[in-house]
This record gives sequence, C-alpha cells and structure tokens, in this order.
Amino acid sequence: MLITPAHYMMLSAALFIIGVIGVMVRRNIIIIFMSIELILNAVNINLVAYSNQLQNAIGQVFAVFVIAVAAAEAAVGLGIILAFYRNKETVNIDEMNVMRW
Amino acid sequence: MGQAIAFYTLAAFILGFAVMVISTKDTVHSVLFLVLDFLFVAALYVLLGAPFLAAIQILVYAGGIVVLYLFVVMLVNLKRPPEAHQDPHRMTKFGLGLSVAMLVELGMIGASSYARSAPVLVAPLAAIPVSGNTEEVGWLLYTSYLIPFEIASMLLLVAMIGAILLAKREL
Repeated sequence: MLITPAHYMMLSAALFIIGVIGVMVRRNIIIIFMSIELILNAVNINLVAYSNQLQNAIGQVFAVFVIAVAAAEAAVGLGIILAFYRNKETVNIDEMNVMRW
Repeated sequence: MGQAIAFYTLAAFILGFAVMVISTKDTVHSVLFLVLDFLFVAALYVLLGAPFLAAIQILVYAGGIVVLYLFVVMLVNLKRPPEAHQDPHRMTKFGLGLSVAMLVELGMIGASSYARSAPVLVAPLAAIPVSGNTEEVGWLLYTSYLIPFEIASMLLLVAMIGAILLAKREL
C-alpha cells in the first residue's frame, strides 16, 4: 500500500479531467472560471508530488508561481465578467458572441 | 498504511467536491464546494510535506480568490438562470465525449508508465544552506528564482490595475 507519484498523477489527471468537463459542458461563465481553477490545482498537485519525490523544493517554487498566475487570471477574468454583465445582462457563454463574427 | 488511508480519503473528498463544483445548479453552492475542495487540496500538500504551500493555498485560494468569486456571484444578479438559453449550435455531447476520450488516453498513459516501473530519478543535490520547508522555498525564491519572482509581482500589479479598469463604470 505504498503511495507512489503515480497515484498522485492519477489524482491530478482525474481533477484535470473534471475541470475540462466543466469547461466543456457548463454554460455559466463563472462556473467555467472555477473549473479553470480546478485545472490549475491539478497542476499544482503534480508539482508538489514530484517536489516531494525528488526531495527538491523547486517544484513548490513553481507551484507558488502557478498560484500567483491563477490569482491574476481570476482578477482579470472576473473583471471582464462584470464589464460584460453590465453591457449584456448575461453570464451565459452562448450569448457572449459579440466578437465571434 | 496510514499514509495510504490519508491519501485515499483526501483524494475521494477532492474529486467528490470537484464533481459537485461543476454539477450543482446554484452558483453560490458551487463556490462553497470550491472552498472545500481547496481546503482538502491544502491538506494533501501537508501530507506531501509542503506546509508552506498549504498555508499559501488556504490564504490565497480559500481566502482571497473565492471571496472574489463570491463577490462576483452576488453582484451578478441572475434574474433568469444562465443555463436557460440553449444554443442550437452548441455541441455539449461532443465536448463531453472529447473530455472522456482525454481521460481514457491519460489513464492508458498512466497505466502503461505504471506497469513499466519508471527508473527512479536521482535528484541533484541543490546546495541550499537552510533547512525547513518555508526556509527552502524562500531561499530559492530570493536567489535562483529572483527574476521570475519579480515578474510574478509585476504580473499581479498589472492584473490588479487591469481588473480595476475593467470593472470601473467610467474612468
């Protein structure tokens, strides 16, 4: 019953896929952003698992960078959602097609 | 044995709450499940011997980003549910099929690499003159990764100003 990095990779892949399914299936853009956060968390789990396996803290440093980029992404994305909602009164991505054609 | 029990319990909670995040109808419930998911991921970091990152996860994700999401959910007053509008061109089934195909591929890659028992990589011994998790991460951040660290701080500053500009009604 030894927990190897392969187990953590499986968990990370499953979390990643759940995030991808959320992005593909849901139509509420706030939930799509939350799915992106789940995807970034899956990446972080992988980085920290290998940091633990290799006894090297560099993986954790990169996880800190991923968290910083996730915070920036959330701030800008939610700003865009608010600006869009003020104009179009919707958070449905199927109606967000003003720049599509 | 204890580590295995802890890992499987945490993994079950993480995946279960992740499924709840993308499957609940109410967006507020979705945000709350996201908080629980982040807390269990932080517990997994503790299990992996990264308590500094666990604290950062709780402070930044569960404390900061989720509050931002809650603010937006409360500000966006949904008079009609966002799922009501159906786009006839939308291929939800196709997207779900693609996601499942990706899951199968990743599972096959993982299973094959697991069966092949990859060679144990020997980590190069980094000359870190400090001991302790937080000290190691801080030492690396301020020596080898100083420039990426400064770029990340600049990115956060730009994102903050950009978010204010985007969300402001008029300048």
